[in-house]
Amino acid sequence: MPNNIADLYNQVINEHRKYPRNKGLIEGYKTLHLKNPSCGDDVTVQMKIENGVIVDVRHDGSGCVICCSSASVMSEVLKGKTVEEASQIIDDFYELIKGNMPKDEDRLEDAIVYLNIHNFPPRAKCATLAWRAAGALLVDDEGEDADE
Amino acid sequence: MQSLLNVKKDFPVLENNQDLVYLDTGATALKPKVVIDKINEYYNEYGVNVNRGVYTLSYKATTEYEETRTMCAKFLNALEKEIVFTKGASNGLNMVALGFGMDYIEEGDEIISSELEHHSNILPWMEVAKKKKATLKYIPLDSTGRISVDAFKKVLTKKTKVLAITYVSNVMGYISPLEEIIKIAHENNVIVVVDAAQAVAHMKIDVKALDCDFLCFSAHKMMGPTGFGILYGKYKYLKKMSPVEYGGDMIDIVEKDSCIAKDAPYKFETGTPPVAEAIAFKEAIKYIEAIGYDKIKEHVDELTRYALTKLSKIPGIKIYNPTTEVGIITFNVIKAHPHDVATIFDEHHIALRAGHHCAQLITKWLECVGTLRACIYIYNDYSDIDKFVEALEEAVKYFEEW
Repeated sequence: MPNNIADLYNQVINEHRKYPRNKGLIEGYKTLHLKNPSCGDDVTVQMKIENGVIVDVRHDGSGCVICCSSASVMSEVLKGKTVEEASQIIDDFYELIKGNMPKDEDRLEDAIVYLNIHNFPPRAKCATLAWRAAGALLVDDEGEDADE
Repeated sequence: MQSLLNVKKDFPVLENNQDLVYLDTGATALKPKVVIDKINEYYNEYGVNVNRGVYTLSYKATTEYEETRTMCAKFLNALEKEIVFTKGASNGLNMVALGFGMDYIEEGDEIISSELEHHSNILPWMEVAKKKKATLKYIPLDSTGRISVDAFKKVLTKKTKVLAITYVSNVMGYISPLEEIIKIAHENNVIVVVDAAQAVAHMKIDVKALDCDFLCFSAHKMMGPTGFGILYGKYKYLKKMSPVEYGGDMIDIVEKDSCIAKDAPYKFETGTPPVAEAIAFKEAIKYIEAIGYDKIKEHVDELTRYALTKLSKIPGIKIYNPTTEVGIITFNVIKAHPHDVATIFDEHHIALRAGHHCAQLITKWLECVGTLRACIYIYNDYSDIDKFVEALEEAVKYFEEW
């Protein structure tokens, strides 16, 4: 196996694949459903925001390991953050996916494990799908069901 | 092992990517140097517009361009006036559905298609059915996913007006029994539209022998340029068919409140066409005919047999079409999502497609989220198959240990 593959599917990603956190939807939360139509990745992300703080994040869907694990990691990282902090973390994550190490890498917590994705450009859209949904939920007060 | 074609050297992409194993011919075939050279010849030597100028270079370009029509007619055993230049198979199939079907189909009529179709041969008819309040029906597939003559008879009724059917499935690699189906369709006054996008790389198409009413394919799937394709239609139907696009070149006389279109095929060809691509397509036809479809079949069949024998020894994978007929092998690693496996192939410089292949209905029929598809063609060899099998074994092992 080429070494790169082990970098891609590292232990943390594998953990989240096996034991996804915050999985399953809850009625009444702000909800956004996104797809990568070309490959079939399909993720729904939910948030409960109270007084500017993300008190809960949920996700559900189907897709490849990168997509599903990334939704799980995202839910853990963003839960408990303020809307402002979460927006900054999401921006940092996009930079990481492009191969740029953010100034404050600790802030990304476990999401740092996707640092090798930029070596696999076709997979960037898998890694970012759930994060795009989360970002959209933060800026959109109503939430909506929108497909890419 | 029997002796195979030895044509790798004809393909610059393979020369320039020495370690590439190209197994994505179903998406597009690689282009031989003769095709690329002809594109350059047009741009370098007489790169002007066609059907317009009266000057020498324009005459040269137009002559080269119209020679493609003559050659396509001969290639398909059709008349020149039955050859419409298109942007590709999808474009042609849309022209038939929206330009012919939209006038021809009436409320209550039935259109038959199949779950093996590429989206391009279903969605335009879905649109026609919706607008004209007609019904779209599907030929039930047998247990292997094939279209049979009997299954077609089961959905055929007195209301059936059109059959839109693939010649070769881009996911399963099956050849539809078209000759018999078309015969029965015509006995019941059903117009038959054939999607030959995958077929044209693998088999000689004789539209007279087949007796189809319309047939579409793309140049790029048979080693020609992208952005260009052919729509064949029986002339009596092309005469009736309306253009979908109006504008320059397709029109004879224009008045303030009326216009008279040219005759087919020119009434379907508005705007400056992809001239270089049209001209260079001749070289693809010449190339494929010089090799010969019989030799192509021998080569592809032998490598497919070789691949399937090796694959049958790998536990942990599922092959969806072990009886494939044109070198398309569709499979999955049981424990992994097709995109995760595709990345491992990519790391080995093996190019193949993962996903639903623009044919979601057959993916649903197979009850999976997507599949991996390896397509074998004339520029593949035993070594390509060995590398492919080796990478697949590694992928199985990798995901097995999770």
